[in-house]
Order: sequence, then structure tokens, then C-alpha cells
Amino acid sequence: MQGNTGSARSSALGSRWQRRKKTLVAYSFIAPNFIGFAVFTLVPMIMAVVLAFLKWDGSWANPIEFVGLDNFARLLHDKKFNQALVNTVAYALITVPLTMASSLGLAILLNRKIFARNFFRTMMFFPYVASMVAVTAVWNMLFNPAMGPVNMILYALGVDKLPRWSADPNWIICMGTVILFSIWKYMGYFMIIYLAGLQGINPELYEAASLDGATGWQKFCNVTLPQLRPTTFFVTVMLTIQCFKVYDMFLMITNFGPGGRTRVLVSYIYDNAFVSRDFGYASAVSMVLFALVLLVTLVQYHGNSKLDG
Amino acid sequence: MKPQNRQHPIGQIVCYILLIFLALITVIPFLWMLSASLKLNKDVFTWPMKWIPEVPQWKNYLDIWTKVPMLVFIKNTVFLTVVVTILQLFTSSFAAYAFSKLRFRGRSFLFLGYIATIAMPWQVYMVPQFIMLSGMGLNDHLSAMICLQAFSAFGVFLMKQFYDSVPYDLCEAARIDGLSEYGIWWRIMLPLSKPSLATLTIFTFVNTWNDFLGPQLYLHTQNKKTLQLGLRMFIGQYSSEYGLIMAASVVALIPVLVVFLALQKYFVQGIATSGMKG
Repeated sequence: MQGNTGSARSSALGSRWQRRKKTLVAYSFIAPNFIGFAVFTLVPMIMAVVLAFLKWDGSWANPIEFVGLDNFARLLHDKKFNQALVNTVAYALITVPLTMASSLGLAILLNRKIFARNFFRTMMFFPYVASMVAVTAVWNMLFNPAMGPVNMILYALGVDKLPRWSADPNWIICMGTVILFSIWKYMGYFMIIYLAGLQGINPELYEAASLDGATGWQKFCNVTLPQLRPTTFFVTVMLTIQCFKVYDMFLMITNFGPGGRTRVLVSYIYDNAFVSRDFGYASAVSMVLFALVLLVTLVQYHGNSKLDG
Repeated sequence: MKPQNRQHPIGQIVCYILLIFLALITVIPFLWMLSASLKLNKDVFTWPMKWIPEVPQWKNYLDIWTKVPMLVFIKNTVFLTVVVTILQLFTSSFAAYAFSKLRFRGRSFLFLGYIATIAMPWQVYMVPQFIMLSGMGLNDHLSAMICLQAFSAFGVFLMKQFYDSVPYDLCEAARIDGLSEYGIWWRIMLPLSKPSLATLTIFTFVNTWNDFLGPQLYLHTQNKKTLQLGLRMFIGQYSSEYGLIMAASVVALIPVLVVFLALQKYFVQGIATSGMKG
């Protein structure tokens, strides 16, 4: 009873309704995660930026003051902040290359045809999933300056000035204790990523190199390393970000001591926010951490587009 | 025979020596932990050390339950881990389905929101998040930890990676057969994505189980504490009870060890796939 125009109109209405319904269905899929994500992650991220320009003790009864760039100006003259920044960056600069070298070495060893390969892989990976509190507890006992087996062995080997490890007055030894631990804990994780990279290399490249008479070392330099470039790049970025946000390890091994000399950025954020209740200033420190991570991410983005192009 | 398989016997020996050395370094702290957990305090540091104590102190494993309320800590941790993992699996795979297989306005924009924040350390925004959650009255509530951990960008990203590899035609065919989108997600996508779900489960499980800083910020009352906080408290209170500390540490490690050994295949796959494209 309806003409052509009528059915065309109703189908147009229908298809618009259909499209709207499709969109609603899609949003209903996303909503449970997105609402939680937006409220508990996105909003705090935005608040972090705003908070860095405020002075506030975190109590709603007290006034919130806008102080412009004052918090950032304070950072420039803050010795403790400076210490935290230097420690964090130094820790990253030493830990990143050492962890990479050990995990790459391990991956190459475990990529060969050897006995009980999977067993070794599993074992090497375990420290990564082991509880930080538990493994630092053992670490502290092993490296106990007075009674620990590590110093006992060093003593037996004839070292007469035994290091006091996490309590050593020498800053380098303190940091070194944490760095050693960090390599031990994360080596297996990055080994897995390197293994995936190694398995992606075309075996014909090695055959061609062998035909040309290349030695093992030459093959490593001219085939393995160039082929692993994307992996290495990715590992560098991940490891660096991970080092910048370090906290637990220092808390549990050096307790940021002696005398706060091994404090790191996150511990300084923590102290300012939850001990001094200086939330604005704590957020200013967070912004420095943010800037460091952003820098690394931008380098990654730039490098990725270069690698792709 | 492929040329790279022809290995020098000397090279092979060097490899094994290196490998055994690295394996020992990896495993000795755990063996030492186990050994010390069965010793009296006075025997933990005796030198030269005995790996197997003459009289194993199984009592250490009983004492830890009475010194601190370990059972309460474990109960809290199990509760958090189970709830967070279930929420994480449900919301992530649900959202990932839409991002991967549905066309709608704002899709790329919203997904960009996830990607942009994936590398952002939680430590950058933990302070405002704490202010917000305390404002909501969640300070010192286990639910604060659920809000914190249940909605990660990582989960959505991981699941979307997998769903992208499922052919679009499969969904289209199901649509023609009259399945709704929810039906497709439930009957086709979820069963197909078991390996990815396993990966997400083990990642979420390990992260929640081992998390320290989050619970340290939010959970203060003794009966709200998680196992990691409890273990740390134990170490603080009984700092010279070496045997007991090690026994408690072993107890804290066992669940992760079991899950890890059972699902390690998925762990490795997860790192290899999510890692490379991140």
C-alpha cells in the first residue's frame, strides 16, 4: 500500500536506526573497561598535570592554592631532588646495557641446540615472576656484610677489605648491589624477548655467511646484531622506562640509605606526597618522571618509524 | 646438514660451562632460601655452610602462621587476585572485541587513548589517584586495589592483538547465521582466544599477587593487608629470625611457582607477541 518513496524512506530510517544500534552495541562492549580505565587512569593522569601547579596538603578542608611554576622552580634548588634524579638516571644508564648484554648472551646460548634447553629457559625466567619482597629478603641475607655467604667467599679468596654492600659508605657499592640484583631479576624476561627475535632471523642468512667463510663472531656482528635491531630497540625502551620507575628494589635493599644517598625519583614522590603531604610538589616531581618516560617513548616512536621506513 | 648446526666441540663445552654458571647464579638464591627456611637461626649463617640441615626445622613452617596472621594476608591476596583477574579478563576481551571487529565512530580515537597511556608508569599518577580514591572513601579498602588493577590498557591491547588475527569473515558468517554481537563474542571469540586469555590470566595473577607499592599506599589495617605487605611487615618485626623469614618467603613464592610452571608456555608466548609489537 506504500509507494516506492515510502519504502525507501522507511529503509533509510531503518538503516539509520541500524547504524545507531550498531554504535550502541559497540559502546556497550567498550563501556565496562573504558569507564574504569577513564575514571581510575585517565582522570588521575590529567589531575597529575594540574596538581603540579598547585599547593595543597590533600585535605579537602584546607585551601588549594594556585602557585604557577613555583613547584618547578623549587625543584631546581632542591638537593634531595637532584640526588634522586642523578641516582635514577645513573641506575638506568648502568643497568640497561648490562641487562641487555646478559639477556642477549643468555638468549644466544639458549637458542642453540643443547641439552635440557626448555628446562634452562624456564629456570632463568623464574626470578622475574618471583615476589620482590621474598627475593630481596634472600638477597639481603646472601649479601649480609658480617655473616653473608658472599662475603665469606670473598674473605676465603683473600679480599681483606670486605664491601658492606647495601650499607656501604661508598655510593658506588650501594648502587652496585641494587644493580646486580636488578640484572639477576630481569635478565630472564628480556632473554625471552631476545629469543623471539633470534627465532625470527632467516637461517639462510647464516648459511650464506658460512659459505662466505664468516667466523662465529663475524656472523654475530654482521647477521645477528643487525637483524635484531628492532628487538634491541624495543628492549632498550622497555628497560629504560622500567629503570626510571624503580622503587621497591631500592626500598628493600638499601632503604634509600645510607642517609638518603640512594633515594630515587619515585621514593621522592612518595615522601613528598605521603610523608610531607606536599601534594603539589610531589606532582611536580612526577612530571619530571613523566618527561623522562615521554622522552624515551618519543625516541622509540621516531626510531620505529625510521626502522619501518 | 645446515652449516650453523656444525658446532665446535670446544665451543660447545664453553657454552655449557657458561650456561651452568648462569643457571647456578639464578637458582642458588632460591636453594639457599629453601635451605635456610629449615634451619635454626644460629645455623643459617654457619660457615662452611651446610645445604641440608642435620635436623630440618619443619617447625619454622608452623611458627610463621602464629607470629603474624598469614592466613588473613593470604585470604586477602587470593580474593584480590581472583576478582581482579576475572574483571580483567571480562572487560578486556569485551572491549577488545569491539575495537577489533566492530566499526563505529570514535574507534581509533578511543583506542589511541589506550595506546598513549600503555607506557605511562603508574607511579606518575599514583598521587592524584590516591587523592581521588581517598575522596571516594576507598582508602584502606580492598576495593581500592580492585579499581586500581582491574581495568588495564595492557589487557585490551593484548586481546585486540589476538582478535585482529581472527578472520573478519568468521564473524560475518556468524552474523548471517543470526548470532548477535554478544553471541559472537561469547560463542566464537572467547573459545578461540583461550591461549590469549591464559596469557592475560597469568600476567594479571602474577602482577596482582606480587604488587607491593599499591597495597602499601592503600591498605593500612592489619586485617586488610596482602601477603606481600604481610611478608614485609614480618621481615621488619622479626628481622633476625632468619629461618622464619625464609620460610615465609617460600610460602609466598609457592603459588606463583605453581601457576608459573603450569602456564609458562602462555607466559612465554605472551611476552613474545605482546612484546614485539608494543
